[in-house]
Amino acid sequence: MKVALFVPCYVDAFYPEVGIATLELLERLGCEVHYPLDQTCCGQPLANSGCHADARATEALFVRNFAGFDHIVTPSGSCAHHVREHLTAIEQRPEVSAVRMRTFELAEFIHDVLQVREFPWAEFPHRVGLHVGCSTLRGLNAASTSEIAEPPFNKPRALLAAVRGIEFVQPKRPDECCGFGGTFSVFEEPVSARMGQDKVGDHAQAGAQYIVSPDMSCVMHQQGCARRMGLPLKFIHLAQVLNGARA
Amino acid sequence: MSSREWILGRLRANAPAPVALPELPRFDPPAGDLLTRFAAALERMGGHFGQVPDGAPVEAWIAEYFARAEVVASATREVRGTREVGAGGDPRALEDVDVGVVRAAFGIAETGSVWLSEAELQVNALAFLAQHLVVLLDPRAIVPGVQDAYRDPRFQTARYAVLLTGPSATADIEGVLVRGAQGVRSLTVLPVQADA
Amino acid sequence: MSGRQRVDHAAASAAFIAAGDHLEFHDRRLWELRSKRDGEAHGIPEWETLRTLASAIKEHTLTHLADYLEQFERNATANGMVVHWARDAAEHNRIVHELLASHGATTLVKSKSMLTDECDMRAYLEPRGIEIIETDLGERIQQLDGEPPSHIVVPAVHKLRRDVAGVFGRTIGTDPSNHDVPYLAESQRIDTRPYYLKARAGMTGANFAIAETGSFVVCTNEGNADLSANLPPLHIASIGIEKLIPKVEHLGVFVRMLSRSALGSPITQMTSHFRAPRPGTEMHVVLVDNGRSERLGMADFWTSLKCIRCGACMNTCPVYRRSGGLSYGSTYSGPIGIIIDPSMDLKKYSALPYASTLNGSCTRVCPVRIDIHQQIYKWREVIAERHQLPLAKKEAMRLAGQVLARPRLYRAAVEAAAAGIDKLPRFMVYNPFNAWGRQRELPAAPAQTFRQWYLQQRGGSK
Repeated sequence: MKVALFVPCYVDAFYPEVGIATLELLERLGCEVHYPLDQTCCGQPLANSGCHADARATEALFVRNFAGFDHIVTPSGSCAHHVREHLTAIEQRPEVSAVRMRTFELAEFIHDVLQVREFPWAEFPHRVGLHVGCSTLRGLNAASTSEIAEPPFNKPRALLAAVRGIEFVQPKRPDECCGFGGTFSVFEEPVSARMGQDKVGDHAQAGAQYIVSPDMSCVMHQQGCARRMGLPLKFIHLAQVLNGARA
Repeated sequence: MSSREWILGRLRANAPAPVALPELPRFDPPAGDLLTRFAAALERMGGHFGQVPDGAPVEAWIAEYFARAEVVASATREVRGTREVGAGGDPRALEDVDVGVVRAAFGIAETGSVWLSEAELQVNALAFLAQHLVVLLDPRAIVPGVQDAYRDPRFQTARYAVLLTGPSATADIEGVLVRGAQGVRSLTVLPVQADA
Repeated sequence: MSGRQRVDHAAASAAFIAAGDHLEFHDRRLWELRSKRDGEAHGIPEWETLRTLASAIKEHTLTHLADYLEQFERNATANGMVVHWARDAAEHNRIVHELLASHGATTLVKSKSMLTDECDMRAYLEPRGIEIIETDLGERIQQLDGEPPSHIVVPAVHKLRRDVAGVFGRTIGTDPSNHDVPYLAESQRIDTRPYYLKARAGMTGANFAIAETGSFVVCTNEGNADLSANLPPLHIASIGIEKLIPKVEHLGVFVRMLSRSALGSPITQMTSHFRAPRPGTEMHVVLVDNGRSERLGMADFWTSLKCIRCGACMNTCPVYRRSGGLSYGSTYSGPIGIIIDPSMDLKKYSALPYASTLNGSCTRVCPVRIDIHQQIYKWREVIAERHQLPLAKKEAMRLAGQVLARPRLYRAAVEAAAAGIDKLPRFMVYNPFNAWGRQRELPAAPAQTFRQWYLQQRGGSK
């Protein structure tokens, strides 16, 4: 299966190991992975600020880079959500619609498209607080949420549950937003920081040693809070765990 | 142009594409005996579900339960109290009532509510100025749910109708629940069959 | 709340957060209400169907609103009510004043009505010699403290009992060192009761107005609305035109959802239905537009008119719980406030749609299925298009838009960011001007970017 890999800017810059793990994991699962070298950004920070005109050129570049692939996979729920739901600053020609429809977040791609549930090479013998970012959770419907009574499901957890040794802890507010919210983290810093502190504090009191997430943007924010608070929590992306990282 | 014409004109000019009115289905109520469900719901909302021993006069029950009450104002024929409440009376005259006595038209099992209109209250303010309220309710006159209550034709004709569910209450100060806010401090429902 | 200066939610939130134990209680209490709502909603198998029905009934009514208002007026008038129409807040206030003056009423007891706050009615009536007693406990606390309500259902939720003790001590003569909650509530009961008895006019709002019967419904817990309405000889009801529903039977949907969504309680202690005045008294309804008919014409935002004012969106919103309703600078705060307020004053409320992480929880608890977080997203586009973004932000986005569209510029920026962080002295990175760094560490600098690794390990492009 041919797959194009989209690596968000903050992963490229600060967490390349997440991009590497994603690439290696997809290859382990039998995908032929391409990395278009001229990729930049999906346009989300601009569109989310309301600046759709400013997002236009970036979104057009995204489509040019990723046109012609059967699947586009990214280790970021918010980027996948933006492409699927909000890449509307540009004219919606057929090739634009095709790219939009074929863009997936990593966990949903493995769960729904590859339909893999086994990762025999993986082992992660730690107590884990699972954080599914809101774009992945409510935006991409990756799991059931506490607001609505429905048969419970959780795609990232279903994948991680197969990993040897993993033990999930239960925070008090499992699906409350952690407060990253993109530019919110800077323009509404007081509330953002407080939300992050509350989130990591909740996982810590639940006994988590690691916070594992399919969303590195949330992790960047939570890790920043936890380090400033001096909490011993460690952070790792879902791709790294499924790819066999032991710590 | 009057404001009325202006508003109606703007609403017609700005109306989005019409949306159809849905049919209202009737939902199955939960299992369980209506009176039992009613009593549990009432208690949960802070009301009391009283039991008058078979054949015992309600008047005596009230006198014993509210032994220190001086003014017992009844809007019912069955209970005399110390003061009769008749329609057309000045509501402010009820300011000193310790216990009000009324008979509800029906109750709702889903919520523990009782339905009272001007016919049952005689003076509407009785249900709010009295310090305590005793509500006689025929146990055969309990409907399963709120959806059923709102199909009752008496809503079409009552000038005033209130669904009372337990006593008045507030949690406006630091989330602390206080029963007996500005209306009645307690509400007691007595399951007593109505005379024919 | 006065003036047209842009409301700075972020600055107001910082003050709220710094206030210590107030934030902890506020967040905990409102999350508790959210949890109780969950308990009620999950206990009703048909809850999601009820939401769909409620949404459709409201959308139907709103798309036929002129007809339903005419039907309401016809029936209400036949019942003996007098129906008035107010184009805007000023007209509402004038109508109310004329009614009070013509009835010789100088004291008005009123129950909670967000509409009267929206119209700033007290500021109009008080200089004209009307004494207004807010009878809802939370509203009374706020009135005596000279503050607007902070939450549409629990107006003083941002206060602790010691604050209330201070307010009552200054104003109604309680012992300021006595923080006992039942004592404070009882004090307000005793203080307010004489006003119900002496007032020549009482005012309520309405949760629902029913076209079929020309009646309206008021849902409360304290009994204050029924005392305000059933004692004085004049009852005035201020009703927003969007409160209309077609038939009594529809209350079987809305009354089941309102208190469950607001407080996690199956129904309010009093659910009162007014169809006609008591013999010998008068009942007047003031139907108010104040921007609602205009909002009906906004393709992306008209469904916000479905709102039944339950406050569930506020209770679930993690930003609202940590910033408090007063930080939004408007009668309507939290998620619903964010999508209503800009339609009333785009400039003043242009920062509010950014007081959101777009997490979507509000949309999932809304009993009438308003797509709140989608409307928040759309307001951001309106604000950017109408040049209401702060200049610095607008410029930053314009520059970002250029860098992100050019692969080489983008790569240079990414490599600089990746390399730069470690190299700067700590004081340059962590200072008051770097908002990220105030309470968070920045990520560490990696040895290579992903792209650099890829080129090195995997060769050229594929």
